[in-house]
Amino acid sequence: MRVVVERLSKTFADRRGREVAALRQVDLAVESQEFVALLGPSGCGKSTLLNVIAGLLPATSGQVYFEGEARPGRPTSATVFQEFALFPWRTVRANVEFGLEELGVSGAERAERTRRYVDMTGLAGFEGKYPHQLSGGMRQRTGIARALAVEPAVLLMDEPFSALDAQTRTLMMDELLGIWARTRQSILYVTHNIQEAVFMADRVIVLSRRPGEVLDVVPIGLGRPRRESQQTEAAFVQAAERIWGLIKSQAQAALLESAPAERGG
Amino acid sequence: MSMPRLVVVDRAAFLRRPDHRTLRVLALVGLVILWEAITRTGWVSPLFLPAPSAVLAEGYDMARSGQLFVHLGTSLARLAWGFGIGAAAGIGVGVAVGFFSLADAVVQPIIAATFPIPKIALLPLLILWLGIGEASKVAVVALGVFFPMAINTYAGVRQADPLLIRAAVSFGAGRWSVIRKVVLPSALPMVFAGLKLGAGIALLLLVAAEQIAADAGIGFLILQSGNLMDTTRLMVGIVVLSLLGVCSHWALAALERTVIPWRHS
Repeated sequence: MRVVVERLSKTFADRRGREVAALRQVDLAVESQEFVALLGPSGCGKSTLLNVIAGLLPATSGQVYFEGEARPGRPTSATVFQEFALFPWRTVRANVEFGLEELGVSGAERAERTRRYVDMTGLAGFEGKYPHQLSGGMRQRTGIARALAVEPAVLLMDEPFSALDAQTRTLMMDELLGIWARTRQSILYVTHNIQEAVFMADRVIVLSRRPGEVLDVVPIGLGRPRRESQQTEAAFVQAAERIWGLIKSQAQAALLESAPAERGG
Repeated sequence: MSMPRLVVVDRAAFLRRPDHRTLRVLALVGLVILWEAITRTGWVSPLFLPAPSAVLAEGYDMARSGQLFVHLGTSLARLAWGFGIGAAAGIGVGVAVGFFSLADAVVQPIIAATFPIPKIALLPLLILWLGIGEASKVAVVALGVFFPMAINTYAGVRQADPLLIRAAVSFGAGRWSVIRKVVLPSALPMVFAGLKLGAGIALLLLVAAEQIAADAGIGFLILQSGNLMDTTRLMVGIVVLSLLGVCSHWALAALERTVIPWRHS
């Protein structure tokens, strides 16, 4: 199924009751099996957009819909959170099972699917551990396995690796690409890191700062499977420069803004 | 010729707090020995302070004759019923008020108005309503346990991490699933704090009620022994109360460790 975001706007009321526009007339689509990165400076409403797509926030105007053949028992989206958002009272296995429980997947199939995605994300042997016993990387693997297990139409990833240290982040990016190559799970990947976006995605959608508007959509012409050595290729460097050119002035303006944005993004 | 040296010393030594394990035991044993020694010198009449050995002997006799267990059993039954009813109602009300805004609006002011009443003051009213039998004593204990349980559970529910609730909803959890799988486990540590608080209050109210209107129970035993100037029996009652308090606290701590495994280990 493809996800379509159509003329989506979102305004919040701030503390003084003034209307603040977070997103303005956003149009975008994620095709089936596609890896799309959503990139923008901080406070551009990236997380807001993800929340609207996930059905956790109502849109002010415009809509989000899923197009194509719906498979019964398959949710439209599942989210991987920046702060992991694992249930501390559940073991790795029980965390991965959570979405399947809510979908009403029966015991045997639930166990089978849980094992498949635990294996795929490299969590085998850690099933009985609680989140506080795991490193940040293993926690986010659990978050990814939990989201993959429900086999959503689109996987929403909200800066999934930004809470990890730099080395772990590089390893996790490689692993995510490996998982994507195997499952062809369509992914909408939010980040503020240009290298990360260009390295992983088929297309990079660049948002402006608040109110977030689509500045440009940059196709990435790098072959797959992606390797770190490609980061010196002309296609990589050109794409990264083009994106930086689009958001540099935006980022500078964001830097000079006195108050931090009330909502993440 | 060697150069002068300034060796770094541990300046934070006085901040460390070693455990002094043996001293902990010795302090308690020492107190009992001191008490025994004072009574043996004959300076203090046994009418005012019976020897620990005499209290122990009296307790043994009362246990053999079965008297002690009649009083203890009566008190334990009242405690169990009162504590059980009060805790269950408190948890239920606390969850409802913490989660549903409607229940919050209705119940919160009622609790705020009734919470400051010293519960023992209600005993005459409860006796009028429920009779002089077991029901009025159980009711006063239940009332005393209800308030700390409701207030603690409420606080625990309000503290539930909104991110975890959002994560659960994004995986398809509805209202009841969120309460059962996120809100209740989040509130458990606060619930246990309430149970420990409630256990102390329950004991206090039970003894007070038994000294006002009862013909059995540890509180009655203490009052009756006092009236008969039988200080040794009186002391047996007090020691039993002390043991009850220690045991209930220990049992709740053990239960907490098994019910909340993600916090210990």
